[in-house]
Amino acid sequence: MTLLRGRRILTGAMTLVAVAALAACGSKTSDSSGSAGVSADVSGDTVKVGLLNSLSGTMAISEVTVRDSIMLAVEEINAAGGVLGKKIQPIGEDGASDWPTFAEKAEKLIREDRVAAVFGCWTSASRKAVKPVFEKNKALLFYPVQYEGLEQSPYIFYTGATTNQQIVPGLDYLKAQGAKSLYLVGSDYVFPRTANKIIKAYAEANGMQVLGEDYAPLGSTEFGTITNKVKSSGADAVFNTLNGDSNVAFFKEYKSAGLTAASMPVVSVSIAEEEVKSIGTQYLEGQLTAWNYYQTTPGAANEKFVAAYKAKYGADKPTSDPMEAAYVSVYLWKAMVEKAGSFEVEKVREASDGITFEAPEGLVTVDGATQHIAKTARVGKVGADGLITEVWNSGAPITPDPYLKSYPWAGGLS
Amino acid sequence: MTVLIGQLFTGVSIGAVLLLIALGLALTFGQMGVINMAHGEFIMAGAYTTYVLQQVITAAGWSLLVALPVAFVVAGAMGVLLEFLLIRRLYARPLDTLLVTWGVSLILQQLARDIFGSPNVQTRAPDLLTGNVALPGGITVANNRLFILALAGCAVAALTVALRVTPLGRRIRAVVQNRDLAAVSGIATARIDRTTFFIGSGLAGIAGVALTLLGPIGPTMGTNLIIDAFLVVVVGGIGQLKGTVIVAFALGVLQASGEYLTTLSVAKVMVFIAIVAFLQWRPQGLFTLRTRSLA
Repeated sequence: MTLLRGRRILTGAMTLVAVAALAACGSKTSDSSGSAGVSADVSGDTVKVGLLNSLSGTMAISEVTVRDSIMLAVEEINAAGGVLGKKIQPIGEDGASDWPTFAEKAEKLIREDRVAAVFGCWTSASRKAVKPVFEKNKALLFYPVQYEGLEQSPYIFYTGATTNQQIVPGLDYLKAQGAKSLYLVGSDYVFPRTANKIIKAYAEANGMQVLGEDYAPLGSTEFGTITNKVKSSGADAVFNTLNGDSNVAFFKEYKSAGLTAASMPVVSVSIAEEEVKSIGTQYLEGQLTAWNYYQTTPGAANEKFVAAYKAKYGADKPTSDPMEAAYVSVYLWKAMVEKAGSFEVEKVREASDGITFEAPEGLVTVDGATQHIAKTARVGKVGADGLITEVWNSGAPITPDPYLKSYPWAGGLS
Repeated sequence: MTVLIGQLFTGVSIGAVLLLIALGLALTFGQMGVINMAHGEFIMAGAYTTYVLQQVITAAGWSLLVALPVAFVVAGAMGVLLEFLLIRRLYARPLDTLLVTWGVSLILQQLARDIFGSPNVQTRAPDLLTGNVALPGGITVANNRLFILALAGCAVAALTVALRVTPLGRRIRAVVQNRDLAAVSGIATARIDRTTFFIGSGLAGIAGVALTLLGPIGPTMGTNLIIDAFLVVVVGGIGQLKGTVIVAFALGVLQASGEYLTTLSVAKVMVFIAIVAFLQWRPQGLFTLRTRSLA
């Protein structure tokens, strides 16, 4: 084989890879004639719901646990007689950590399976990808993960925290601890970039300095340079919005560089108990997280939830905030349907305002106007056992404010 | 200054990783001209071998040491199998090896998913490798990076010696230079092909072990690395071990400096542009000889 030929072949190889990548990205949108919406199939004695999570790819580390806890809620509800006398029949789809796939599978769940509601998605990118699908088909999505806010859709219920229930309280905590400067590290997509915009606005209004911000592509595992930059910045704390298993590489590098929770604490908003376990406690001990729920959160509702989860999936499986929010979302949907007396999307939405549920995290209330829920904010510290223990909480549920309208410094954001 | 040295080391350590993943390709692609798209999956096999061994041998340090030779053999055996079943039928049609091995890579990824599950897994690094060496002036050098650098150095040295000094190396070079002449001289070319593939794929396995020290192990980890590895081999000059080594470190340092000055994504684009520009200027790569032997 001559050299020239070798190169031509390699060019061929690159083209093939590029074509494959393009083909994977081309979103498949079927006909959009269903502007009236597709009504759920409730003719039999079951009602179908969709479960849409990444069971493979870089996000699977997080999303599989969400799927598991949705299944737990479905089984509990079925065991207690179902919803409006109908048993729930879950239909699972794998979003494969790939946003076009999420949109495609959402369309399939709504139009082919005719589900009454869909539970799932994790990354904001996947939510943004499926949002038009749910709006076009007038179908319901329950989204269980904290996110960057500045969004509202009539067809999405947000059961995770919005920024004023997680990021802002996290910053308040750091400020109270005396942090004067921050370094921002995140994955390169919508959630971290928007979150960091909010953090920078907060910092400016509160006399904090943002010494730098860096983004790594989702799934990236090369953090040498970012860690060097963080270290040489000498910031008081790092605000981490990395998603998925990039965190594994980041925290390994962080420890290798000699940085510790004592010298430069990291506040993470996307690492919960399951991720702590798989990243390795040795890398995370003492680091901070901001969430609304921890496995250690006290209360009878949580004891029941944790016991049921461990009984079903194994004693070594921790529970986490997104899992709890996903679990709660099934119960909230059930309560809405029962209040509405119907599975019809518009009636369910109308019935949603003021629905409450004794959740493992404490009492949550649905705010019909924003379709978010009021939640208590909590900052926790990772312990040697891999569990997170609360070091601070907001005392009472915080009313959701996705557009941060009640914060003067956030004026220019939305 | 501290930052500069720190960044230089980061660049060198990225280079060491690149070198480890490209070294096997320098043999199978550079020497034999086979475009093995499954090379990335051999890296994955090495990483999963480390993971499996750690379930058996709980002491992280020992399991890592045992993993190195075992991963070499596991990935090497997979390479031999691939060569024996498919590639040897396609030596005359190099472009087809691309398609065939791509198919194999997809099969291997699915196999990994079926065996180990879709979510990525992690290994525990030995305590010795999670720390760092503190140099004067506040410079810290991560132990796991030093380990990878040493590993890459050993692999290069071993490969160089094997190719230059041993009878096997002479036979490999003979087959690469002129297969027919080698055959009439009494060299069992088919066996040499298989041996070359064993070593090349085995090196991918070693790279896989090294990567477990840095990040998660998953079914698609190989696909992220294979393009980088091909780039290193092509830019280095196909069939040139020396070029592979130099280019791996050059790209590592370029990536690290680009990253420091801009962002990770922009740095990747910069590296690609630099490569395209370089290949316009020197399409044959950094080093070339008239005969395609390792020098």
